[in-house]
Amino acid sequence: MEHFDMELDVLKQKLLTMASHAETAVNEALQALTQRDRDLALRVKDNDRVIDQFEVEIDELVIQLLTKAPLASNLRLVTTAMKISQNLERIGDEASKIAKRARDLSQEPPVKIVLDLPRMTGLALNMLKGALDAFVNNDPAAARDLIPHDKEVDALNKQIHAALVQHMVENPDTIGRCLHLMVVSKSLERIADHATNVAEDVVYLCEAQDIRHTGAKSGGKIAP
Amino acid sequence: MNPTMTPGEEKTIPQTRRESKDESREPVPNVQRSTLDPRPSTASTDTALTVRNLSVFFGDNHVLKSVSLDIAARAVTAIIGPSGCGKSTFLRALNRMHELVPEARMTGEIRLFGDDIYAPGIEPVIVRRRVGMVFQKSNPFPTMSINDNVTVGLRLNGLRDRKLLAERTEQSLRMAALWDEVKDRLHAAAISLSGGQQQRLCIARALAVQPEVLLMDEPASALDPLATSKIEDLILELKKDYTIVIVTHNMQQAARMSDFTAFFYLGDLVEFDTTRKIFTSPAKKQTEDYVTGRFG
Repeated sequence: MEHFDMELDVLKQKLLTMASHAETAVNEALQALTQRDRDLALRVKDNDRVIDQFEVEIDELVIQLLTKAPLASNLRLVTTAMKISQNLERIGDEASKIAKRARDLSQEPPVKIVLDLPRMTGLALNMLKGALDAFVNNDPAAARDLIPHDKEVDALNKQIHAALVQHMVENPDTIGRCLHLMVVSKSLERIADHATNVAEDVVYLCEAQDIRHTGAKSGGKIAP
Repeated sequence: MNPTMTPGEEKTIPQTRRESKDESREPVPNVQRSTLDPRPSTASTDTALTVRNLSVFFGDNHVLKSVSLDIAARAVTAIIGPSGCGKSTFLRALNRMHELVPEARMTGEIRLFGDDIYAPGIEPVIVRRRVGMVFQKSNPFPTMSINDNVTVGLRLNGLRDRKLLAERTEQSLRMAALWDEVKDRLHAAAISLSGGQQQRLCIARALAVQPEVLLMDEPASALDPLATSKIEDLILELKKDYTIVIVTHNMQQAARMSDFTAFFYLGDLVEFDTTRKIFTSPAKKQTEDYVTGRFG
C-alpha cells in the first residue's frame, strides 16, 4: 500500500471509530431515557467530549491530506470525511441533549402519555446505522434507499409534538416534563437529518453525484 | 519563421509527411459536461483545433493512435499522462514540430480554425507562426538582447519599422507580464534574466508574431514555486485572447489552470473532459488510477 493510501486508511478508521462513538451515544441516551437511568445519562453527556475531540482530529488530518492535493476518489473521500465528521459531531450533540433531558426526567414522575417515541427512535437509529454501513461498504444504493425515511421521522416528530401540546393543555402540571419530551423528539428528528446528510455524502463519495437539494435522492417513495 | 527554432532546424523540415488525408472523419464523442459545471465562462464555444484520427509514427513506433478531439478556442486545455504516452508528440503534431524528427510520419487531420494544417503546399513555417510553442527549458537566444529576442521573429519576417518593432516588443513583454521588470534594460543580454523571467521572455517571443494558439510543453517544470505561479497567472490572463494547450506532469497545475483536460496513455486518448470532471470524477478507471497516483 502506498503511503498516501495508508494515510487515507487512517482517516477512514478514525471516522469509523467516531461513528461508533456517536451511534453508542444515541443508543445510550435513549436507554437512559426509557430506563430512567440518571448515571447513564450523565455518562453520555460526559462522553460527548470524546466525539468533539474526534472531529478536531479528523479536521486536522483532512487539512494535512489536502495539502497533498488528492484528486478524484481520494479528493472525494477526504472532503466527504470532513463533512461526515461534522454530522457525527452534531449527532453527538443531539445525544447529549437527549441525555440531559433523560437526566432531568429521571428525577420526576413519568408522564402518563402514549407517544410513538420508540418507533421514532427505531427509525432514527436505523437511518444512522444504515448511513454508516453504506459508508463502510461503499454502497450508494443502500444510502439512497434510506433517505426517504427522513420524511417518516419528520411526520412522527410533528405527531408527537401535537400530542404533547394537547397533553400540556389538558395537564398543565406536566408542562415541564412534556417540554423535555418535545426536545427529545426534536433531537431524534435532527439525528435522522444528520443521517440523511451522511447518506447523501456517501452517494457523492461513491458516484461523484451531488444529490442534495435536487429531489433526485431516491428512485421512489417509501411505502406508507 | 518560427522564433523558437533556429533557421538551420527549419531548413531540415520536410514539406509534408502526412500519408493520407482522406480518412473518414469520425465524430468526436461529445464531452459530457455536468449541468452544475458549465463550460467556464471565460472559455468560448468556438473550436480552435479539430483533430481527427491523428496517428503519429516514429519509424515502426506507433506513438499516437487515432486521436480525435476538439480544442476549444480561448481556453486552456491540459494534456496529461505518464512519460511516453504521446502527449508531447501530440503537442508537436499541432504545429508540425514532430516533423523535425527523422522518420516521423502522420495520418489523420488537424484543422486550425477550419484550415487543414497538413494540406499540400502549406508551409510548416506558416503553421508555426499561427501556432507558437514554448518549451520546458527556456531557450532565449543567448547572444541576443532581451529586445532582440522578442523581435527576432518579426525581423526575420522582414519587419524593419523601428517604431512598430518597439511597440510590438512592449506589447509582447506586457502580455508576458515581464515589461515592468525589464523595461529599463531591454538591451541587456537575455541570459542575464532569471529562469522564470527567461521563460516569460520565451512566451513574449512566441506572442510577438501574434499566433492564434500557444502550445506549452511543461513550461513551469524547471521553475521555483514563485516563478511557476507567475507563469500560471500569465497563462490565465493569456487565455482571454489565445487558445492554450499545455502539457504538464503536475496534476495540481492542470487542475489550477485548465478548462479541459485530456488524458493520454500508451498513445491512446483515454479520456477528454472538463478539468473539473477529470479531477473529481473521471469516467475511466485508468484516468482515476493515474490522477490518484496509482500508476504513472
